[in-house]
Amino acid sequence: MSHTLDRLAFFKRKTELFSSGHGVLNDDDRTWEEAYRDRWRHDKIVRSTHGVNCTGSCSWKIYVKGGIVTWETQQTDYPRTRPDLPNHEPRGCARGASYSWYLYSANRVKYPLVRSRLLKLWREARAKLAPVAAWESIQRDPKKRDSYTKMRGAGGFVRANWDEVNEIIAAANAYTVRRYGPDRVFGFSPIPAMSMVSYAAGARYLQLLGGVCGSFYDWYCDLPPSSPQTWGEQTDVPESADWYNSGFLLLWGSNVPQTRTPDAHFYTEARYKGVKSAVICPDYSEASKFGDIWLAVKQGTDAALGMAFGHVILKEFHQDRQVPYFRDYLRKYSDMPMLVRLVKKDGYLIPERLLRASDFIGDMDEANNPDWKTVAIDETTGQVVVPLGSIGFRWGEDGKWNLEEKAANGAETRLRLGLKGAHDEVAGVGFPYFANSASNGFASTDHPDVLVRNVPVKRMQLKEGEAVVASVYDLFLANYGVDQGFGGDYMPTDFDDPQPYSPAWAEKITTVSRDKIIAVARGFATNAEKTNGKSMVIIGAAMNHWFHMDMNYRAVINMLVMCGCVGQSGGGWAHYVGQEKLRPQTGWAPIAFATDWAKPPRQQNGTSYFYAHTDQWRYETVSASELLSPTAPEGDWNVSLIDYNVRAERMGWLPSAPALETNSLEIARQAAEAGIDAKDYVARSLKDRSLKLSCMDPDNPVNWPRNMFVWRSNLLGSSGKGHEYFLKHLLGASHGVQGKDLGQTGKQKPKDVVWHDHAPEGKLDLLVTLDFRMSTTAVYSDVVLPTATWYEKHDLNTSDMHPFIHPLTAAVDPAWEARSDWAIFKGLAKTFSAVAPEVLGLEKDVVLTPIQHDTAGEMAQPFDVRDWYKGECEPIPGKTMSQVTVVERDYPNLYKRFTSLGPLLEKTGNGGKGIAWNTEHEVHALKDLNGRVTEKGISEGLARIETDIDAAEAIMMLAPETNGEVAVKSWRALEKQTGRKHDHLALPKEDEKIRFRDIVAQPRKIISSPTWSGIESEHVCYNAGYTNVHELIPWRTLTGRQQLYQDHLWMRAFGEGLCVYKPPVDLKTTWVKGEKSNGEAEIVLNFITPHQKWGIHSTYSDNLMMLTLNRGGPVVWLSETDARKVGIEDNDWVEVFNANGALTARAVVSQRMLEGTIFMYHAQEKIVNTPGSEITGQRGGIHNSVTRVVPKPTHMIGGYAQLAYGFNYYGTVGSNRDECVVVRKMKKIDWLEKKLSKKEAGQ
Amino acid sequence: METVNNLLFGVYPYIALSVLALGSILRFDREQYTWRSGSSQLLRRKQLVAGSVLFHLGILVIFVGHLVGLLTPIAVFEYFGVPHMAKQLLAMIAGGIAGVFGLMGALLLLHRRLFDARIRKTSSFADIAILALLTVQLCLGLATIPVSAQHLDGSEMVKFMTWAQGIFSFQGGAAAYVRDVSLVFKAHLLLGMTILLVFPFTRLVHMLSAPVWYLNRRGWQLVRTRRDMTQPKRR
Repeated sequence: MSHTLDRLAFFKRKTELFSSGHGVLNDDDRTWEEAYRDRWRHDKIVRSTHGVNCTGSCSWKIYVKGGIVTWETQQTDYPRTRPDLPNHEPRGCARGASYSWYLYSANRVKYPLVRSRLLKLWREARAKLAPVAAWESIQRDPKKRDSYTKMRGAGGFVRANWDEVNEIIAAANAYTVRRYGPDRVFGFSPIPAMSMVSYAAGARYLQLLGGVCGSFYDWYCDLPPSSPQTWGEQTDVPESADWYNSGFLLLWGSNVPQTRTPDAHFYTEARYKGVKSAVICPDYSEASKFGDIWLAVKQGTDAALGMAFGHVILKEFHQDRQVPYFRDYLRKYSDMPMLVRLVKKDGYLIPERLLRASDFIGDMDEANNPDWKTVAIDETTGQVVVPLGSIGFRWGEDGKWNLEEKAANGAETRLRLGLKGAHDEVAGVGFPYFANSASNGFASTDHPDVLVRNVPVKRMQLKEGEAVVASVYDLFLANYGVDQGFGGDYMPTDFDDPQPYSPAWAEKITTVSRDKIIAVARGFATNAEKTNGKSMVIIGAAMNHWFHMDMNYRAVINMLVMCGCVGQSGGGWAHYVGQEKLRPQTGWAPIAFATDWAKPPRQQNGTSYFYAHTDQWRYETVSASELLSPTAPEGDWNVSLIDYNVRAERMGWLPSAPALETNSLEIARQAAEAGIDAKDYVARSLKDRSLKLSCMDPDNPVNWPRNMFVWRSNLLGSSGKGHEYFLKHLLGASHGVQGKDLGQTGKQKPKDVVWHDHAPEGKLDLLVTLDFRMSTTAVYSDVVLPTATWYEKHDLNTSDMHPFIHPLTAAVDPAWEARSDWAIFKGLAKTFSAVAPEVLGLEKDVVLTPIQHDTAGEMAQPFDVRDWYKGECEPIPGKTMSQVTVVERDYPNLYKRFTSLGPLLEKTGNGGKGIAWNTEHEVHALKDLNGRVTEKGISEGLARIETDIDAAEAIMMLAPETNGEVAVKSWRALEKQTGRKHDHLALPKEDEKIRFRDIVAQPRKIISSPTWSGIESEHVCYNAGYTNVHELIPWRTLTGRQQLYQDHLWMRAFGEGLCVYKPPVDLKTTWVKGEKSNGEAEIVLNFITPHQKWGIHSTYSDNLMMLTLNRGGPVVWLSETDARKVGIEDNDWVEVFNANGALTARAVVSQRMLEGTIFMYHAQEKIVNTPGSEITGQRGGIHNSVTRVVPKPTHMIGGYAQLAYGFNYYGTVGSNRDECVVVRKMKKIDWLEKKLSKKEAGQ
Repeated sequence: METVNNLLFGVYPYIALSVLALGSILRFDREQYTWRSGSSQLLRRKQLVAGSVLFHLGILVIFVGHLVGLLTPIAVFEYFGVPHMAKQLLAMIAGGIAGVFGLMGALLLLHRRLFDARIRKTSSFADIAILALLTVQLCLGLATIPVSAQHLDGSEMVKFMTWAQGIFSFQGGAAAYVRDVSLVFKAHLLLGMTILLVFPFTRLVHMLSAPVWYLNRRGWQLVRTRRDMTQPKRR
């Protein structure tokens, strides 16, 4: 009715009192309530999820109203779990719930943007010239090129249209391919699992072009190299539901409630169930309060703590009392029984490599790969045997690659654990000790460089004469300082004796009291003993981002293995750092890397790439001599870190992009002209030096990366370690680098790399970024393409945290002129095909690839390391240098290739991780499902991949995880190698095929596949290593077992044969303290970049809601004590700087923080509320402004079983937590802005 | 001249009052969510408290004064024996003081509204216009005091009372009563009627919804029942 009339009836109004007059009942109009009902009324709900870098893969309901995405809420329809296991819901965090804000926010990129100066030049040139010629005319004129490259980061974007930007990019690509070679076109996109079709779109375009995809997992320093080192596996972890099956949860440097919010409920539920939990974390984090006990360890000293835990466990559960389960586990599933040769050095012996069958006269009757078969002693006969399962059995023969307790000759065998009692004598063996010097306030002890400890040994007659051998087990115990009764230097007599690596020793280093260390170690091992291995370590970035992360991690892995936890449900190693499991990996890889058309793809390890091309190596402060072990064998070790990387590239260990100075298209032509096979031609020309490797002269203009694509990533911002070096050298923009390079400081320059006195600035011709928001990277780009958000496209998403495959679905069409990544790259492919014929046709391309893990090539150099460049051996592709392959590129037909499933899958089959199967049936099914290409030409009759859904269907059809038939085929393929039955793991699901619309209806559980080491079943949760332990499938390592002893020459040289504690390294960047004083007191602190509550992992920190909940801009956290020392109060503006650059932020002063550290939460954009720096005069930087990567030589090893290259699998990692910074209060807060106009002030 | 006077003071009042009545009813009925004072206190407190209190204090006294002064039948004054001169003096002194209060407040508010960037940015045309109109009206009102001072006998006031009551009692030719008054008064009258005219289109509507019943509230919890309360409660 009418509100006015209602009011007129005022005196007729009836009311009643209730509750003794406290309440009044009336009959007022209630139609206003409709407003609230309308507020929550919507037209449809669509299922999607969020993907900054989130492992959540949470199901979300996206609400659409009037064509506009309005809000989102958690979905609650996951398939149920079995009885006595909590369900997966609730999943989804408050950060994800804020995401819909982006779609219509002011920082949405709405149109294709181009740097205005570039667009002007382009239009001018294009008026007269064809596209490629037009681009060439700009690039050939340094003035023109500088005019836009120097402006990067300084604004100046104008709106363009899709046709025009596509033509610019296509012309740039074509010109670069023709002039320098296809491997000068580079693309960076991380974590495919979070939107695999979008990743595949760009990667497919690049690979068809011959371009390079950069790796991210290692660059982000989320890859724990200890995992491939130990297991030959990138990272495989339990799903979060498996925490519930555990009996003891050790949270170590992982802040589960904050950064794994959707999974944290399993932790809570496990605690209700009665699971014990200890939390190790330097600050009082959200996780700390979950623990029965909190160990506030000194940051960066985790390995010391881990060694002490190991010491207690070995002493009490292996030495003083022997737990049968533990010993049996070590015997069967670790390299502990294997024999190691000992060699003399400085009056003591040092462990050398593992003995092989070929060391014995007659090769122990092994004809196939005797160099790659390790040996042990049989407990009953006392004879040396060759146990099954080592890498030598994996390749070249069938049916013997398994972990049955059998010797190669078929006899049953029980391997001897330790030589005690069967030893010939006791010998002093030297173990390197690194904790006797430390910098930046880290504690050290006064032990010698080498600890000589006594080990039982045997003498054996080998081909080369008599040798002294020990077992890994005995070396392992001696290294831990656990005395088997043989004594030795600095052997702790009890837990209170402060010798390495007793609890009392660790107390000094880590500040954790010895009784806590002993209690946690006992609790951990006792639970594992009672439950057969249900002790778990949830481990996080806080440990992995240190330079010596391998030591931190291997200390933990050792604990798990010595307690038999790995591969047991509820136990094992749970590393949740930046990893999202790409579950349908083998279905996705052919689409993403276009191996349906040509193999192999060009893949590059990110860290080495950016280290070289952003010239961070020119400022190297760490020398190899600081890292070398006192027990290092003789060798040419004292070279720069980049020299190590170059050697690794030369020997085919690591990839190299660009690979060769000469255009790879040109090399193919030259080889054809010379009438020799390209392989031989490359090897010969390298040897006679007529062909040069690019890695040896990265600053030479012919070796610069020229075009770069960045999509689904903030490469320059949150991921740009050494941000200021990126700005200076790669982009040529204004920067804040404070330090001087090796040329200016006169320090040792690289040996194998050409030094240019003037470092190049502005290597890239073109930087293209695809994003939906104006990120730091977008701001520095030349072209910014507006992409669809996570609510505007169809895609696939999987996680390591739960076993379901999940879609992203378009709730609405991309807003403004945005397009999905698939549509963008497809459009680019079309334009490129039209532009290319100006300079490119059907071409032959010579592709160099490193020796790959999970191929027979991983058995490259079994013993010594020989470098052909130094004349130590011949360059043999695939053996002593990279693989060389000729690939056909059809540039004018790139679009046709992009949009159809190529013929190679039918011809050569599909597979992954060393397992191959025929996939003709799936290709045919795809032709029927997606339809066949009807247009005339190279793709006629092939299956279509036109749309993002087509691509998703192709992935799911080809992958064993989503197609039961393929799963059965793949298990059977593995059966051939292992000689055991495995297909029972997939047979019940053989008929199941998961399609895109199925997962839109409800997330679906994937099917068990041999690609992964866990299984999906109704009885156990997914857990890594499960099939190794329960199906006796070997780990993909040298011994086929969990490899706790690393016997490669470089590992031994750097003292990492066995796990030791190494203090954080000194990066020497704080000499700037006091150099540019502003009058305020300055303090040096350790710079730590954890994941934050207001962004990571499902939205960005520039989100208005997140900014409002935090402090509206960049902040750093420091302790009350440190703040007091330099007069900083909460919310003061502070400047954080070192030789790498400077950043500005507000201070959060908190009692939660440990003295000596400063936190800057990862990924706070420098584009929001950041004032100018007093140090650089530039706008205050981002957290990466004070970092620089330092590569570690042991991560460069290749061609050696588990230490062989795989994309995102092995390689150098970008650690950054050893960094120290100077902190001081700011005097002048300069926003570097002109005064606001009235109108602007009002906004 | 006569026609113009008639249009302005004979016809225009009815237009203004009709728009005021109809406009307010329509807005109250159809646009409940716009029925508000539109306070900008959340955006900026500065200048608001002083300005608003001064302004409202002044304007309320003036408003009541005008209402009583103009619309009380002359017979009532005569019955109580209030001389017109006394009434005029009261109006001039009380009105003058309240007017000064109101003007100070209005100027503070107007300054804030125009020169605080944030408030300016969030102001609609009507927000600024109505404040400006009220300020001008206050000035005009104050400007009438010297004119009134020249004839303290109250006869001028009687003209306005007769005119206003004439309008409200629908007497033809009411305009004639104010034909000869000073121009300042005419301007003040015209602007006053204009304010009534624009009233429904501005935030002034909040005047009609003063929460006076709150003072006499019963109970603390209000429940709007779906039950038809004219029927007895079912047991």
